[in-house]
Amino acid sequence: MGQGARETLVETAAISKHFGEGETRVDALREVSLTVGAGEVVALLGPSGSGKTTLLNVIGCILEPDGGRLRLDGETVYDDRWLRQDLRRLRLDKIGFIFQFHNLLPFLDATDNVALVLRLAGRERTAARGRATELLDYLEVGNRKDSMPANLSGGEAQRVAIARALANSPRIILADEPTAALDSRRAGIVMDLLRKLAAEQDACIIAVTHDEKIYDRFDRIFHLRDGRLEPREGAST
Amino acid sequence: MNLAWRDVRHNLFRFLLTCLGLSLLMAVVLSMIGIYNGLVIDALTIVRAPAADVWVVESGTQGPFAEASRIPGDTRASIARLHGVTEAGSVTYQTAEVDFAGRTHRLYLVGFEPGRPGAPLALVAGRPIGRSHHEIIADSGAGLALGDRVPLGRDRFEVVGLVENQVNSGGDPAIYLPLRDAQILQFELAPPAARVQTARGAPPQSENTVNAVLARLDPNVAPDAVAATIRQWKHLSALTQADQELLLTRSVVDRARRQIGLFMGILLTVSAVVIALIIYTMTMEKLREIATLKLIGAPDRTIVGLIVQQALALGAVGWVFGLALVLLIKDYFPRRVVLEPVNALALAAIIVIVCIAASGLGVRAALKVDPATALGS
Repeated sequence: MGQGARETLVETAAISKHFGEGETRVDALREVSLTVGAGEVVALLGPSGSGKTTLLNVIGCILEPDGGRLRLDGETVYDDRWLRQDLRRLRLDKIGFIFQFHNLLPFLDATDNVALVLRLAGRERTAARGRATELLDYLEVGNRKDSMPANLSGGEAQRVAIARALANSPRIILADEPTAALDSRRAGIVMDLLRKLAAEQDACIIAVTHDEKIYDRFDRIFHLRDGRLEPREGAST
Repeated sequence: MNLAWRDVRHNLFRFLLTCLGLSLLMAVVLSMIGIYNGLVIDALTIVRAPAADVWVVESGTQGPFAEASRIPGDTRASIARLHGVTEAGSVTYQTAEVDFAGRTHRLYLVGFEPGRPGAPLALVAGRPIGRSHHEIIADSGAGLALGDRVPLGRDRFEVVGLVENQVNSGGDPAIYLPLRDAQILQFELAPPAARVQTARGAPPQSENTVNAVLARLDPNVAPDAVAATIRQWKHLSALTQADQELLLTRSVVDRARRQIGLFMGILLTVSAVVIALIIYTMTMEKLREIATLKLIGAPDRTIVGLIVQQALALGAVGWVFGLALVLLIKDYFPRRVVLEPVNALALAAIIVIVCIAASGLGVRAALKVDPATALGS
């Protein structure tokens, strides 16, 4: 898939972030620039401590960068001088998160785990549950909609988590090792599903992964080394 | 959707178990409040029973409860003649241990003149004393039944009536008996002792002695004025009903009252610490869920609500269980436990404050949680 005239959803320009000072200073991100368009599925690779999760946190508006510029879905979040104040609302409206270990709330059933995001966004209860059921059916876990997370298999729980990430129809989906807890068959199914979602909902997906089995499912793959972002050799950029 | 309730429902057994533990603590606090009230009420019961306005006692004493008091039995006639006094009656008070029906009963004997102030006001069973000797009216807490013949001194006394909740400040149940019998029990020497006294040439001791004279006044007469008049007689002293009650609560049961009050304060502090620890632990166990909630965009009020509502639910259920438990067992306490609605409501208010304050720790921890924790970084 080429970038062509795709609408840009994520744009980082010379983003930098460091932790500690003096001898203990670690530059987690060094002027990282990345542009991801609608419908794209992008992977971030790199050894432990290379800055992958830091970059994901910055794009996810969890971590404030030290410098650079960040635009999400046409909205400037950070530009060296100005930081949007209501980052929580921004996350709720524009970003969906998929975690390594699904992170479903153990005290809510599958439907309510998905509906919660909609309720937080102000949707009425019946409408929220209706949309949640729709998403669960779409992800082929509708038959487990009343199950508690503890009673779901790893693959089912991850699908419910994906449904939750999609509930507010975000255009940016950030995934942290989305297939790490799944076997290779289920990992392939989940990635195919994410690709399908990106294409159908005109959203972009940025995933941190170490799972080589799914590399072929990404449009572009970037490698982070010592806080610098580089396109992976042999991959299209 | 109420996250606090969903979380409670998900871990219902554990929540109820925690509530049960808390309710036992609440039950102890409520019991202590009840015992405290009971102590004060018990101390005042005997004083209030005769509905007197003025207590005439021996000069230089604060009798008959705080100090020993002995005055001549004919004092009543002098008091009855005073301006403003409508009725007067002599009374005696003494403690006795009686072996009856295989048990040792510790009793508080109240001698009174039937038909005069000092008589028990309301019987719950039986009849008033009808003969001038050897009949008694017993408090139901003494474990005596109508018709029982109880040995007191050298005679047996028949229980003809029962009253309720008539105890002295030590919790000993009261026995009302005719004044003359009470005087014999208190002042008459046993025959061997009397013979020794006579042999030593001691003058015979008058048995017409009482501990106090109770006076009821015309409603238009000030008790202080009558008491002041009586104090002019050098051999007598007088206390108004208000003085007597103050003396009992401030002096006779003061140490016990303060002791229980202090213990109650410690219990409340311990309860507050326990509630705080429980809520803090509950919050710490949910940090990952809280981080997820923050990450997906839940506002602070949702997270604060989750913690505070659970804390309040814990306190409310603990309070209800604790109150129910105390109400079920309070009559099995050896001493009276008196729980007024205002006490239970005051404790509820304290628990609400403690729960909200205690959840502050949990809320602080929750609001400091980095949403990135949910991503596993």
